[in-house]
Amino acid sequence: MKDGDHVVAGGCLFTRTPLALVREVLRQRRTGLTLSRNLMCTEGELMMAAGAVQRVVTAWMSIGLPWGVSKVMRHYVESGQVALEEWSHLAFGLRFRAAGMGVPFLPALTMLGSDLMGVGGTKTIQDPYTGETLAAVPALFPDVALLHVHRADRFGNCQIDGYPHMDADMARAATTVIVTTEELITEDEVRRRPDRTVVPGFLVDALVLAPFGAYPHEVWGRYHADFEHFAEYTADIDARGVPAAVTDYLARYVHGPATFEEYLDLFGGERLKRAQDAARELTPGL
Amino acid sequence: MATVTPSELLAVMGSRQLKDDTTVFAGVGVPLLAAALARQRQAPRLTMVIEGGIIGPQIKPGRLPISTNEMRAAHRAQMLPGITDTFLFAQRGFLDYGFMGGAQIDMYGNINTSVVGRDYWKPKVRLPGTGGANDIASLCREVIILTAHEKRRFVPRVDFVTSPGWLDGDGARRRAGLLFGGVSRVVTTLGILGFDPTTRRLRIEATHPGATVQQMRDNTGFELGEAATVAVTEPPTDDELTLLRALDPERRFLG
Repeated sequence: MKDGDHVVAGGCLFTRTPLALVREVLRQRRTGLTLSRNLMCTEGELMMAAGAVQRVVTAWMSIGLPWGVSKVMRHYVESGQVALEEWSHLAFGLRFRAAGMGVPFLPALTMLGSDLMGVGGTKTIQDPYTGETLAAVPALFPDVALLHVHRADRFGNCQIDGYPHMDADMARAATTVIVTTEELITEDEVRRRPDRTVVPGFLVDALVLAPFGAYPHEVWGRYHADFEHFAEYTADIDARGVPAAVTDYLARYVHGPATFEEYLDLFGGERLKRAQDAARELTPGL
Repeated sequence: MATVTPSELLAVMGSRQLKDDTTVFAGVGVPLLAAALARQRQAPRLTMVIEGGIIGPQIKPGRLPISTNEMRAAHRAQMLPGITDTFLFAQRGFLDYGFMGGAQIDMYGNINTSVVGRDYWKPKVRLPGTGGANDIASLCREVIILTAHEKRRFVPRVDFVTSPGWLDGDGARRRAGLLFGGVSRVVTTLGILGFDPTTRRLRIEATHPGATVQQMRDNTGFELGEAATVAVTEPPTDDELTLLRALDPERRFLG
């Protein structure tokens, strides 16, 4: 990754977020990035507070209803330090689908008539067959896609359980694809369940084994999101404000621990075990 | 029965709008609770659809999802098609209802969940954004909005049209290229608003028990018309409230 790159993060909100990779981007102190993610959560907040991003592209940003509207987003966007470019959720998905299909745009029936058309400069086209008006949703080809998956083999064939989100389209759309995986499996295991493979290895540039690589966000069937951690984080922001609380958070969780294992030690094994048990209970069929 | 909270009233009144053997695109919080309640009463074959990419989930009492794309939202779901494909079911016309909340709403039922202030790039207040709301409002066959009835929410013109209602009047959706749909009702904590079929402006269609037409007008930032007859809704029944409260025993969304 280079400064100024357009980066897209897989998963959605606090699920399957490539947080181990985001943490490394922050440790390398990249700047001038554009970060795209359909629903943006704490990874976007940390990128803003670290000065890594100048622009975010998203359909929605905050952690979730119980934690209210993101104060970090409000601070950086209302002060003009970070631009927030908003697209509808479907339009966002179609941008990656179009890029993944190798076409410059896809016709769609969404966003029409709304002020979201103007934000991203979406144009309309006339259907050459019927004359009907359609939105021409432009393809988005990011420089780098950061993804976190359940399983992959050493060739980069990636398997995902549960929600597919937009990862498969993002991997096709991006120039460079960097993947972390919960588990490294053998080539034979991939071949036994090829139906579970959503990203073929020839799309992937780098693969890293990173168990708990989305924590404190969740991974389907593996571990639940750490809502207590979100509550502590937002309570500190409420108490001490932006950027003080987030700057300290970055020092403690991003720049402090030398390795990802040391980072996980900040939470402790018991907490991680609880998160695993909660996930197993919620996905009994897995 | 104990006092009914505003969120309980919205959930009950909202749930009654949903017919059996239909599909509903529901946002998390009160809309999802209302849809789950409808499934337990008049609409057992109602299929819920959630934007995280979920078809046909059930709601486990006490385990209400906080977001549309976490594990809990997919409890006993029938299909997880991915986000883009879930919305494309709506674009194809398969979603009967869109069921959503609203931050700021205007006389044509347009909704703003993006920015307060006239300049999008220099907002006075930055709100979370559309999420799937624009797509639901654009692509479902009928949109029902559930919201608290407050003057600051009901403004003559929204600062920013995040989700299209009737835009600026009759025919505007079609001119913009939207093929079907539109807001049919706004269920509030005071009553039910519909739209005048010729002007497409909000008007009063019913009051909830104890609320008045005048109260609805006083809490709206623009002139509200009135249907030829204004009905009075039936108060929430013990059965509705018991089922609803069992879904959210921690009162995460019911207040």
